[in-house]
Amino acid sequence: MKCLETKEIVYPGDKIELNDLKPRNGLYESNSEYFSEYFGVIQRGDKFVDIAPFNSPYLPRVNDKIIGKIMDIGPTMWTVDINSPYYSLLHINDTPWHVNAGDLERYLNVGDFIYAKISQSNEIRESWVSMKEPGMKKLETGQIIAVKPPKVPRVIGKGGNMINLIKNETNTKIIVGQNGFIWIDGDIENVNMAINAIKIVEKEAHTIGLTDRMAEYFKKLKGEN
Amino acid sequence: MEGNIKLINDDGLRLDGRAFNEMRPIKIQTGVIEKADGSAFIEWGANKIIVAVYVREAYPKHTQNMDRAIVKARYNMAGFSVEERKRPGPDRRTMEISKVVSEALSSAIILEKLPRVEIDVFIEVLEADAGTRIASLTASSVAVADAGVPMRDLVVGCTAGKADGRVVLDLSKDEDNYGQADIPMAILPRTGKVVLLQIDGDVSEEEFDQATSMMMNAMKDISKIQRDALMSKYSIEDGE
Repeated sequence: MKCLETKEIVYPGDKIELNDLKPRNGLYESNSEYFSEYFGVIQRGDKFVDIAPFNSPYLPRVNDKIIGKIMDIGPTMWTVDINSPYYSLLHINDTPWHVNAGDLERYLNVGDFIYAKISQSNEIRESWVSMKEPGMKKLETGQIIAVKPPKVPRVIGKGGNMINLIKNETNTKIIVGQNGFIWIDGDIENVNMAINAIKIVEKEAHTIGLTDRMAEYFKKLKGEN
Repeated sequence: MEGNIKLINDDGLRLDGRAFNEMRPIKIQTGVIEKADGSAFIEWGANKIIVAVYVREAYPKHTQNMDRAIVKARYNMAGFSVEERKRPGPDRRTMEISKVVSEALSSAIILEKLPRVEIDVFIEVLEADAGTRIASLTASSVAVADAGVPMRDLVVGCTAGKADGRVVLDLSKDEDNYGQADIPMAILPRTGKVVLLQIDGDVSEEEFDQATSMMMNAMKDISKIQRDALMSKYSIEDGE
């Protein structure tokens, strides 16, 4: 049983050697020493050290493009589940339609999914989403799956190479929300193939050389058919 | 009954054959509940406890704390978890354990990072065999770390006590029932800060010092088991 090579793993409370870099996300300070907040991997960049957790709740950040689910309808607002501990709000003025107050069901109903952008957020993590941006829309067909929010960068890959690989190989349309919800549309077999591929990426996100292995995975899959 | 039962034999071994400073075997597993944000299952001797953690906006709204998260642990014993059926529902003992576990976890979690949030820790005891509060806490801290909640450290706990006039580590059910004292303790291993300490029974100062030093040693091993449990979900076997 050989294990795949992984990045350096840390646990909550582990001391992190900065080596002249600046601490950024996922570290806390105590007596001018730095410790990990999460169970995750260390990422050392040119200037900063981050701890990338294996799992963490999604926290709304302005300008994130997210996929949300309508949870509740008010007189002028929709409450949106953004795969986070915090709900977000969508006001009727932030939609591409001319919605009258009290007439919100006609446009978006409970259970509908939307692709939207976080337009505002504050220090107590209240947030508002907007659909008044090009590309933002109601997601009418397709399927939604959820991955853990910290795995989203890996699912997208460097410059989108991982998600483009999956799109091309499975011939599906995919939108990845920064919050971990992923919308996939296409033929049912292709969608299932894409879901399986994304689940593998999610599970092995912390290993090295994953894009090459995924390319090989698709080659094998195609060869068997 | 008390006085008649011999908890430690002439060879210095206990009823279950352990030495005075020997722990029961501990096994922890994470990710046992798919739908939960974080989860853990612990087998500590004959104790079997499952823990599920959910992170969400506190509800009802007036319970929200605008500058930090609140931790709500709920310790519950299954009716079949003890020899004589336990009457379901909260009672004085389970409410006490819920409280001390919540407070111990609160001191490890970086609460300011998640304002308005409620961290629900559901602890279900499936089988109880002494030392469930510490086993619950040890598993809870693994489940909270599995949920990706920012923490200063993993809380680790252990018990010691006095049976037949001797200080022993990790009391079994009989030692708990017929012994003279029971001392559960939990610490943050990095700093050694104590987050839970209770004493039930009578111990002298020397006995207490002896018990704590014994627990401190044992906690190093338990801490290792917690880390291995977290890791086991993420070590992927090579396909070839």
